[in-house]
Amino acid sequence: MSESPGALNPHDLHEVVLTVNGVTRSARVPARRLLSDMLRHDFRLTGTHVGCEHGVCGACTVLLEGEPIRSCLTFAVMVDGARITTVEGLAGPDGELGPVQRAFRECHGLQCGFCTPGFLLLTTELLARSPEPADGEIRDALGGNLCRCTGYVNIVRSVRRAAELMSELRS
Amino acid sequence: MKPAPFVYHRPASVEDATRLLADLGDEAKVVAGGQSLVPLLNFRLAAPAHLVDVNGIAGLDWLDRADGAVDVGATVRHSRLLREPEVAAAHPLLVEATGWIAHPVIRNRGTVCGSLAHGDPAAELPAVLALLGGSVEAVAWRGGSLISRRVPAAELFAGPLQTTLEVDELVVAATFPTLAAGTGWAVEELARRHGDYALAGVVLTLTVDGDGKPVSGRAAYLSCAPTPVVVDIGPALSDGAGANGLYDLVASSLDPTDDIHATAAYRRHLAATLTVRAIDRALARARTPRPELAAVGDAMPAPTAAGSDVGADR
Repeated sequence: MSESPGALNPHDLHEVVLTVNGVTRSARVPARRLLSDMLRHDFRLTGTHVGCEHGVCGACTVLLEGEPIRSCLTFAVMVDGARITTVEGLAGPDGELGPVQRAFRECHGLQCGFCTPGFLLLTTELLARSPEPADGEIRDALGGNLCRCTGYVNIVRSVRRAAELMSELRS
Repeated sequence: MKPAPFVYHRPASVEDATRLLADLGDEAKVVAGGQSLVPLLNFRLAAPAHLVDVNGIAGLDWLDRADGAVDVGATVRHSRLLREPEVAAAHPLLVEATGWIAHPVIRNRGTVCGSLAHGDPAAELPAVLALLGGSVEAVAWRGGSLISRRVPAAELFAGPLQTTLEVDELVVAATFPTLAAGTGWAVEELARRHGDYALAGVVLTLTVDGDGKPVSGRAAYLSCAPTPVVVDIGPALSDGAGANGLYDLVASSLDPTDDIHATAAYRRHLAATLTVRAIDRALARARTPRPELAAVGDAMPAPTAAGSDVGADR
């Protein structure tokens, strides 16, 4: 507390280091930089979609230390040093789709695809925690995310299919 | 959509945080989970010049049950209350109400104390704290030392998103008294979409005598007034007034207002109907002997690093 806190400049930049999909990256950002904007603008990881920007739609969902969060309600500077997973982290290094992504494609779990990154990350975390979720558990886990195309039926079906695919991969 | 610029502070101790708040006065807002504050910032409904992030303060991520209460530190997320079996055993009402808060993703970040300090009359935890006669511990840096005080729920909530906390005060803990044997509880809400703020909601407790007859009851309502409203529903329970008597008591005790989501009359009807719906469940629970709660005073340590481990770097 050597200098007066009131004299600091709100435009000062902060060095923020994140491990995104296993790769450590950093940028100098203002305090008001949302995590969603840091991912998209500073790291050019545009798979994280920004819908409502006030925490309602869930399109911007990413995993913070393995737990799903709204990246539009999180300032990057508040999660300095954290481990983040975005939709880009779900595919293999050669671009081959991961099991959750394959299930959504197979089951028509998307139409326009805008909300899909959020649903893919929710599904990834749900199946890591509960490999064979009941339908109620699936709906509870996905209930905070909006999709205006599918009517959700095929999304729930995709999650069940993803559980099957992941169980096949394990055996 | 961007928040207005602000200066970010990440104090490492309660002393540093409260010194900052004392220096900055009403220029500063405290942020913990940010699930209510950041939407307000994104919309620029609020534009504080300074944000004081309490997540860097070690020792605020604690849960404890002692002296007939569950105490919750300032950086405990809602989701942790739902994960810990000890909390479920010690305070099933608190856990049931927490399950109604928004969605799992919001609960992963939002904090218990943050919800209380935010004072949203549509939120669950202010109603729970009011119902149980709980309190928060607020600390401030005054005259060169840390001054702490207990603010009881009855004195905490002043209006919509308004509390009686002073601008230099930081909520460091909340205390939720537990229920004695013979007391049942229930939570009911109605929202247009699951996870939305409720159009109306009720959290209630009911106590029975040795013969299983209800002798007293209290109900707290959310979304029915600028602050949580607590109604003594005992008179409608003990004299055999039945469902109609209970409905009438609740409806005549509340004075909600019209807004874009519901009329006052509908809200009043809803609150009374939810109460009638909840009362049987509370009664059944009051009559069910609960297993002896584990010894008082056991500290519940913070869980080890994040439970699930997913992602490309696994």
